[in-house]
Amino acid sequence: MSPAFFITAIVTILAAATVMSLRNLVHCALAMAITFSGIAAIYLQLNAEFVGFAEILVYVGAIAILIVFAILLTRSGEAPEKSVLTAGWAAGLVVSVLVFAVLGWSALNSTALPTTVTAAPKITVKKIGEALMGKFILPLEIVALVLTAAMIGAVIIALKEDAKTENPGRKS
Amino acid sequence: MTPLQACLLVSAFLFAVGFAGAVTRRHAILVLIGIELMLNAANLNFIAFWRFGPHPEALTGILFVLFSMALAGAEAAVGLALVIAIYRHKKTSNLDEVKELQG
Repeated sequence: MSPAFFITAIVTILAAATVMSLRNLVHCALAMAITFSGIAAIYLQLNAEFVGFAEILVYVGAIAILIVFAILLTRSGEAPEKSVLTAGWAAGLVVSVLVFAVLGWSALNSTALPTTVTAAPKITVKKIGEALMGKFILPLEIVALVLTAAMIGAVIIALKEDAKTENPGRKS
Repeated sequence: MTPLQACLLVSAFLFAVGFAGAVTRRHAILVLIGIELMLNAANLNFIAFWRFGPHPEALTGILFVLFSMALAGAEAAVGLALVIAIYRHKKTSNLDEVKELQG
């Protein structure tokens, strides 16, 4: 484990814990962008350069902006006065601690994990493109179809409805 | 601790934090952020097992992560559209107040 990996892992973990503990949603979105940048840095250290840059483009670029827009459109930029936690938050916290304990214990004690570190593979974008257009062409087409359907569905769901159903309380 | 175990520990923590956020926070957008964190933890596991597994020259891990990122993008778009639609109807994005279907 190199010092660079240690530093990026610490930054990622602290940013992830910050996302879920802050009250103001805009701050949460900022910490989320830092978390995704840290994950992209870990990908870069694991010789997955293409995935690292895709992570920055998709998550830090697109999804963070999408979430900030949703925060603005739902007018939830200010921190609420009431509690930000649900009614049964203690049970949820206990379950998540148990999940971390089980996953961490099995990662540390498993005998099935490979112990020898293989040499870093040479992965070029050309190889990824050839695999996408050759062996993985069917999953690529299915993902394209799913993305198109999801985008059309998102637009229809968020479409403005007519004024009668939009504001039931107002007399017109 | 081998590098693979370090990666698995980081991803286990990310998954636990994302799960805790998804079940304990009451704002709908934060629940979506928690789900994104859990998806990222799974992607980190894919990359770690691809890099330290016996056959890193096969591109399966990388391609699986690329497809899962596309699906995560679709999920985020539909989820945020639902949050906006619910806000327009009920003027709230607090999940404790949206309980029409509760038995």
